[in-house]
Amino acid sequence: MKLLKATTFLVAATMATGAVAQQDGGRLDLIVQPEPPSLMLGLVQNAPTQMVAGQIYEGLLRYNTDLEPQPSLAKEWSISEDGMTYTFILNEGVSWHDGEPFSSEDVIFSTKFLQDNHARFRGAFSHVESVEAPDANTIVIHMKEPYGPFINAFEAGSMPIVPKHIYEGTDYATNEMNATPIGTGPYEFVEWEKGSYIHLTKNEDYYIDGLPHIDDLYYRVVPDAASRAVAFETGEVDVLPGGAVENWDVARLTEMDNVCSSSKGWEFFAPHAWMWLNNREGPTADKRFRQAVMFAMDREFVKDVVWNGFGTVPTGPVSSKTNFYTDDVPQYPYDPEKAKELLDEMGYDGTPVRLLPLPYGETWQRWAEAVKQNLGEVGIEVEIDSADVAGWNEKTANWDYDMAFTYLYQYGDPALGVARNYVESQIQKGSPWNNVEGYVNPEMDKLWEQAAVEPDNEKRQELYTEIQQQIVEDVPVAWLLEIEFPTIYRCNVKNLITTGIGLNDGLRDAWIEE
Amino acid sequence: MTLWKRFLTNRGALLGLAILIAVIAVALLAPVLYPRGPWAMVQRPFLVPFSTDGLPLGTDTLGRDVLAGLVYGARVSLLVGLVSTLMALLIGVPLGALAGFYGKWVDEGAMRFTEFFQTIPNFALAIVLVAILEPTLTSITIAIAIVSWPPVARLVRAEVMSVTKREYVDAARLAGLSNLSILVRQVLPNTVSPIIVMASLMVATAILLESSLSFLGLGDPNIMSWGFQIGAARTVIRSAWWLSFFPGVAIVLTVLALNLIGEGLNDALNPHLSRKGRS
Repeated sequence: MKLLKATTFLVAATMATGAVAQQDGGRLDLIVQPEPPSLMLGLVQNAPTQMVAGQIYEGLLRYNTDLEPQPSLAKEWSISEDGMTYTFILNEGVSWHDGEPFSSEDVIFSTKFLQDNHARFRGAFSHVESVEAPDANTIVIHMKEPYGPFINAFEAGSMPIVPKHIYEGTDYATNEMNATPIGTGPYEFVEWEKGSYIHLTKNEDYYIDGLPHIDDLYYRVVPDAASRAVAFETGEVDVLPGGAVENWDVARLTEMDNVCSSSKGWEFFAPHAWMWLNNREGPTADKRFRQAVMFAMDREFVKDVVWNGFGTVPTGPVSSKTNFYTDDVPQYPYDPEKAKELLDEMGYDGTPVRLLPLPYGETWQRWAEAVKQNLGEVGIEVEIDSADVAGWNEKTANWDYDMAFTYLYQYGDPALGVARNYVESQIQKGSPWNNVEGYVNPEMDKLWEQAAVEPDNEKRQELYTEIQQQIVEDVPVAWLLEIEFPTIYRCNVKNLITTGIGLNDGLRDAWIEE
Repeated sequence: MTLWKRFLTNRGALLGLAILIAVIAVALLAPVLYPRGPWAMVQRPFLVPFSTDGLPLGTDTLGRDVLAGLVYGARVSLLVGLVSTLMALLIGVPLGALAGFYGKWVDEGAMRFTEFFQTIPNFALAIVLVAILEPTLTSITIAIAIVSWPPVARLVRAEVMSVTKREYVDAARLAGLSNLSILVRQVLPNTVSPIIVMASLMVATAILLESSLSFLGLGDPNIMSWGFQIGAARTVIRSAWWLSFFPGVAIVLTVLALNLIGEGLNDALNPHLSRKGRS
């Protein structure tokens, strides 16, 4: 098994050096799980949709695995010093898959289109005053206020550019072209055999010379995890995206000949797992109890055993892969004695607590059992609740839990993916993605607000460091793991993962060695 | 006495009885054998059986002792089997007895009601019930009882109908006994033997049902059972066969034992019927 080392592979570098003996041609079979509901990325942003449609549609920018912006539809960009104006210079000679030319008009149209259909885009764009296109290849965005994380909101999943000539003046949701998506990306849509495969083919007129390399992409739909593993073993499939097979199978598959794996390509999402701890009532309302939970859990054990060594034990709310992370916070090593002391100190009376696992398969069930056992050993009696996905959503969204597993994406910046879980304005019944635990700290709220609009990155770091230190002390939720979903692929597939969203836009640069 | 003797001369039944007693003993002794419980993570995960002292059957995906799980699983299986069978008898026997004894519209009503349950596949109905009630030991037991009583009602009805036509029942009627006391004192005691045989087989079926539910992830997540062990091991069956093999053996043995006992009882209770065809 070879682990792909930090391939902070700059696209510019590839293009400059040109011939690193990259070979053109070939066919690549990938798994997509589950089958996406649609490929129209402007309307639907499910994970499987992003994975396939990210080859068809493009954003203005891409991000490398260090989350630094890279050229995509925009070849150059600049931010004014006060953080109030963003200017993008677009690539020339770009055309849509149907041959129509692409221009700044399409970008302007997309901002309108997405405001109606894309919740996360709407959030980021609420800081925007106006957008203008001084000429066919320039876009200027004027802000209402400086908003640091804005520069992280331009990749294909956050802001896919959609064709104006197809959607203008139509009802977007029922436009029949949604079934045959037209983008500017390196691959064109050919055919979608429902329940079986999605076929994309090389865009011969792609605006970057020499790209893409591969002729045909087949995204295969295989509903059962064990069958997906078998499909990879028999050579029917070349790439298993993260999460396509159970963790236990990962070790077995990566021991095969000519099989590589990489945990890169998730930096932008940085999936962060934790347990919601109900801050409102019961023993979990006491800070000492929550700290005891942190000390009682053997998180390294879970990482090694349940996740087969993949992932990192987090220090707090911000993933180490996300910008503005700090490890200068109170630490919670596995220390059952310390946990017992804290419980004694608060006078915990042995009230049992309920634990709601995430209904996403065996891995999560085993995880809940391990936590139950850990907590039981320091004297906390845990009853595991059971619920299907709908029941889990309902219980967490309506605060009917004591402790509940979850994991959420961070989108590269604490203001985009972290703040929502800890500020008071995000306490709202009905959503399982906001401040579900009910953590209230007005001082922190002020700091969050300040940090989001601070134009200077060093000052932002200071603010976020302060926030992380305080929040880790309070333990509003119990952080469990920075999840890594290893991508498993044949070693002769090269340059597969070069960006912070990995497979979602990575096929542009990939090639197959014969 | 003769009944007991007849039962003891049946080797299969004896074997079954021996296995069942062993399972019961293990279940009762579980807390003594493994005071830390079945969930304790005692060693490295995926230890192969017979490779480590003190862990004869190896460890599972989290490093839990497989044998400890089996021992505690025996308690759940027996408990669910017995309680749900008892509940099914409490529903099925009165309903069948009333239908068979009173006949006419009582019979019609009771039998249509029974058929209503019989037309829905057992296992599908059990899944739906458990899913609605949320999986706990209680809800699983109730669900199994609800899907297993119809055959009891059918059997009791048929038995009661045949016994009611006997002369001593007419005699009791002439003596002026009330319907209820005829049913309870004269009729039902004479239908007991087939019910006992059926009940022993129902315990076996109930154990299988509970295991199947747990296998599908519909078990009580706080309780270690054989079905749960197999279900949890399903994803690693190719790399760790022992995780599903030993609980499977435990289920097979227990169910086999109950079937042997049931057959033995049948032979002992109905010597004339069952020995037919055998030399």
